[in-house]
Amino acid sequence: MKNSRRSFIKIAGLAALGIGSKPVLNAFAMAEEHGAGAKAATHVGEKALAAKQWGMVIDTRKLEKESDFAPIIAACHDAHNVPNMKEKRHEIKWIWQEDYKHVFAEMESKYLNERVEKLPLLVLCNHCENPSCVRACPTQATFKRADGIVMMDFHRCIGCRFCMAACPYGSRSFNFQDPRPFIDSKKFNPEFPTRMRGVVEKCNFCSERLAVGKLPACVEASKGAIVFGDLEDPASDVRKMLKSNYTIRRKPALGTSPAVYYIV
Amino acid sequence: MLELAVKGSKKYWLLVLALAGVAGIGFLVYLKQFSFGLGITGLSRDVTWGFYIAQFTFLVGVAAGGVMVVLPYYLHDYKKFGKITILGEFLAVAAISMCLMFIIADLGQPMRALNVLLYPTPRSMLFWDMIVLNGYLFLNIFVGWIVLEAERNGVAPPKWVKPFIFLSIPWAFGIHTVTAWLYCGLPGRGFWLTAILAPRFLASAFASGPAFLILLCFLIRKFTKFDPGKEAIQTVAKIVTYALIANVFFFVCEVFVAMYSNIPEHLTHLQYLFFGIHGHGVLVPWMWLAMILLVLAIVLLVNPNTRANETTLGIACAMLFAGAWIDKGLGLIAGGFVPNPFHQVNEYVPTPMEAMITIGVWAAGFLVLTILYKIAVGVKEEVTV
Repeated sequence: MKNSRRSFIKIAGLAALGIGSKPVLNAFAMAEEHGAGAKAATHVGEKALAAKQWGMVIDTRKLEKESDFAPIIAACHDAHNVPNMKEKRHEIKWIWQEDYKHVFAEMESKYLNERVEKLPLLVLCNHCENPSCVRACPTQATFKRADGIVMMDFHRCIGCRFCMAACPYGSRSFNFQDPRPFIDSKKFNPEFPTRMRGVVEKCNFCSERLAVGKLPACVEASKGAIVFGDLEDPASDVRKMLKSNYTIRRKPALGTSPAVYYIV
Repeated sequence: MLELAVKGSKKYWLLVLALAGVAGIGFLVYLKQFSFGLGITGLSRDVTWGFYIAQFTFLVGVAAGGVMVVLPYYLHDYKKFGKITILGEFLAVAAISMCLMFIIADLGQPMRALNVLLYPTPRSMLFWDMIVLNGYLFLNIFVGWIVLEAERNGVAPPKWVKPFIFLSIPWAFGIHTVTAWLYCGLPGRGFWLTAILAPRFLASAFASGPAFLILLCFLIRKFTKFDPGKEAIQTVAKIVTYALIANVFFFVCEVFVAMYSNIPEHLTHLQYLFFGIHGHGVLVPWMWLAMILLVLAIVLLVNPNTRANETTLGIACAMLFAGAWIDKGLGLIAGGFVPNPFHQVNEYVPTPMEAMITIGVWAAGFLVLTILYKIAVGVKEEVTV
């Protein structure tokens, strides 16, 4: 009896010490990394690309055949360890191909021009200027960065899937089971985290590549069909494209203001 | 008063054991979901919420419905309800417990649930839902317990409990309003994007909650020495009647707007639910069954003879409860997700494992209800003696 009480007090004392010292240890850890007194900060690399609102113009005139789409989708999915789920219900997609009539269902027209009627399109997260998913998330696991990217924190996400209900574009996927066994080991990218079951994921506009001065993987693989840049910068490539071409966005009536534009 | 819960007849213990057994089986199946993920359910990339969230939504209504006996007693001094306010409050406690269990069951990462507190996000309706649900749970346990204890001791409830009671009344409206706002504020989900969703939820709540209470009163009268009173039950029946008519009326408004405006975004979901689209329509027979049940319930409830007759009243209440459950527990959530944002139809059907977890949660909720009602009825029996 006495013995167990003593050990209990010991454990309780240690636990109290542990709780009490946590902030202190944190402070030490921080001091080691950033010098004394520094707060946790994000390092911006020298080569990092910056913008006020990243955006994209997809030129569908340059994307027609299956062979135009496959390398773009593969580039993205390989870069981000997107699993190839066997069941369609559990599919994980960051960027994929859909028909015009489904992507722009509200702009349905009874008699469409032949090319547009069968036009395949690339769809991905729109990185909306007013993202409804960010509004819905109860933990800020999905949030909008200063450069306009709508990001996911896979480690904070509780898997409530409110963001998936809130997204009017079907851009989000949920890990209904452990995705790791479904990642092609030959294509595994050790530089990007894999996900665990029970969290939501989606396109991140290749924030990890922008941080080291590279353009998004899909843009690189598109051979000029996708133009990427700062929508707020009038001199940027995207703005030049937008100035000289008629473009449309998905579901503009919803007020989300997508950052992905299509030249049809 | 807790001792009343552990002193019971053989029948009571059999019921407790049976419910605990079913809840236990549900929990074992949940362990499978816990380790494998939500992939064991029928949910998909397109229909991301299903049975769990639908039960949660329906049960928030049942919980809010309890206020329909609390309000007349405390705000209008309707004495006949004095005996049964506790039944309304404890029903709310059991229903909210189920809601919370269903939310946890629906999370992909339940171990991270407390992130909602760690990173409070007032712009998210889910944050407010957490506050109103837990607040309502607390208010009902607290108020119910204090008032019941006072009754047992033969004294008037302490004065300081009154503010909590008054707070619990608008709070009941709040829980179902916020729950409706989870859905009706989402752009691009035409089925839910309607300002009448919250009023409709409340009407359905104030019909199904008290209807269930009537059924529970019949059971209590049959199996215990406590009689909730014929007149009280009849008054609840009138409340149920008005609420049900309001519920169906709101739904008709909904159907009118969607059909007359002929706007596809709003119309397709109703078409899917009631007629099926592109050859898909698993919910069609269910939705029509719900409509038939609700209309028949109205017929039985509006007619004074069938409302006064307790057999037909019981049948009406059961039909109403079942109809409202189909409407909210099956149609509302799946109907909002089908067709998907690409106007493609991918249907949702719950899996057997998902159904077992759901039944397990219901059993756990009924276990809570049984124990709470045992205490409440025990006190009532003591007082009458």
